[in-house]
Amino acid sequence: MNEKKRMGKAKMVPVPSKAIIPERDIDKAPILECSHLGIDFGGLRAVDDFNLTIGRTEIAGLIGPNGAGKTTVFNLLTKVYQPTRGTILLDGVDTAGKTTAQINHMGIARTFQNIRLFSNMTVMENILVGLHEEMSYNALSGILRLPNFFRSERIARERAIELLSIFNMEDTADAVAGSLPYGAQRRLEILRALATNPSLLLLDEPAAGMNPSETAELMENIVKIRDTFNIAVLLIEHDMNLVMGICEGIVVLNFGQVIAKGTAEEIQSNPTVIEAYLGKQQ
Amino acid sequence: MVFFTYLISGISLGSVYAIIALGYTMVYGIAKMLNFAHGDVIMVGGYICYIALNSLGLPAIVAVILAMIVCTVLGVVIEGLAYKPLRQAGSLAVLITAIGVSYFLQNAAQLIWGATPKNFTSVVHFSLPAGLMSVGLSSEALITVLACIVIMIALTTFVNRSKLGKAMRACSEDKGAAQLMGINVNRTISMTFAIGSALAAIAGVLLCSSYPVLQPTTGSMPGIKAFTAAVFGGIGSIPGAFIGGLLLGIIESLAKAYISTTLANSIVFAVLIIILLVKPTGLLGKYAPEKV
Repeated sequence: MNEKKRMGKAKMVPVPSKAIIPERDIDKAPILECSHLGIDFGGLRAVDDFNLTIGRTEIAGLIGPNGAGKTTVFNLLTKVYQPTRGTILLDGVDTAGKTTAQINHMGIARTFQNIRLFSNMTVMENILVGLHEEMSYNALSGILRLPNFFRSERIARERAIELLSIFNMEDTADAVAGSLPYGAQRRLEILRALATNPSLLLLDEPAAGMNPSETAELMENIVKIRDTFNIAVLLIEHDMNLVMGICEGIVVLNFGQVIAKGTAEEIQSNPTVIEAYLGKQQ
Repeated sequence: MVFFTYLISGISLGSVYAIIALGYTMVYGIAKMLNFAHGDVIMVGGYICYIALNSLGLPAIVAVILAMIVCTVLGVVIEGLAYKPLRQAGSLAVLITAIGVSYFLQNAAQLIWGATPKNFTSVVHFSLPAGLMSVGLSSEALITVLACIVIMIALTTFVNRSKLGKAMRACSEDKGAAQLMGINVNRTISMTFAIGSALAAIAGVLLCSSYPVLQPTTGSMPGIKAFTAAVFGGIGSIPGAFIGGLLLGIIESLAKAYISTTLANSIVFAVLIIILLVKPTGLLGKYAPEKV
């Protein structure tokens, strides 16, 4: 893609600047505020001037054609990539200079486009890794098997079972994660992310490879998770039924730039978005 | 009867290899690098114990603990100074650095303690009943085998059950995902080096107790043999290191006894080559087919 054409396009596109935070969150400080976020890979501006505000309990969608930079945005938010420009405020705190692990402790958890479970470990162990930070004993009491090791280990296991029960997966606790069917692996990845006690959950194509009935169930579950844990969810998804069905605010990305923001209805009737997906009408 | 004697000596030697191999295999499993300086940490452990016993006159158990502490610190420092800055670099750069660290340690030891071999006094002070001694079982051999079994059990439990152990396995499978689950990967790798180096100190003391010649190159051959043992058993696998170490020790001992003392090492490595030809991932290594 040549640089000139993209720059030209960016100027043409008016970005609606109105906030898309749902009404119930309007009085509360937003969980995430990105301003002018951008990253260059060599000469390529993968993401540029990305602004996004997410409310406390909002379910937001990030959509766009393939290669638009959606996963790059996730990688910027989790500091897998260090942003070249811009700031990210998580719950009002600047995340500049934080490591990926610290970002997780601050409250962002994510899943991956291509499942990245610890596939040789059991389902239970995958969740326990997520609960890692909460278990309060140190290595010494683990080796010496001090009482607080057993207590904290027991509490963690109870929490893990509780989490598994969200998706009715308690029976699979001792199964090796890699042996689970595809849909169950996707669900486990969400649970593992939830185990780290996030305030913002990033889901990278959670419905990829799911059939319509599994997708419908997933939609219910995402809403259920939001309601149970009172957290915000930002999801990347190509399944428009899912996005239009549960996302309260939608951001459309094309060639690394936001081309539209708004509610499902607004996005669906936005000519720029239609053009980005389908090409210009002759 | 003679066979039994050689077998015992093989198991004892193999136990030392196994303890060293655990260090190689853990570091490889988690940091995906071959720490060729591991063998020389053994030598440092031996020297520290020697000094504590002979110059400071400390009791054996204190000397061993001191050696473990010094080696643990040494391992963490080596990792922090030499390997950590190369985390993003190619594996060849890390490998060459590890060889450099190995030579550095050998030469530093020669500078500090001199090149003359020291006569190591065994840390094991009790003797066995005459009946056991007559079949070739020495108190050193017994302690070595026991230590190996205890370490093996403790380490397996630690890796499978504890929080840090789970973090280690998570890092070994997918560092990126582990990081995103809030695991501090750098700290986990440091801890792995700490544990591996503490084990190296124990191995150094046990090795020198059975074979009491201590010099700056003491660690290099057992180091390479233990690395072989780790590959033999399937590098990255803890039980693999144990089995690989034992088998290697037994093969070496029996080859020395029945074939040729001078050819023993060649035989050991020939067996490795054959095993790897038949099973390229080692005895317990997992074959990971690449997705295309």
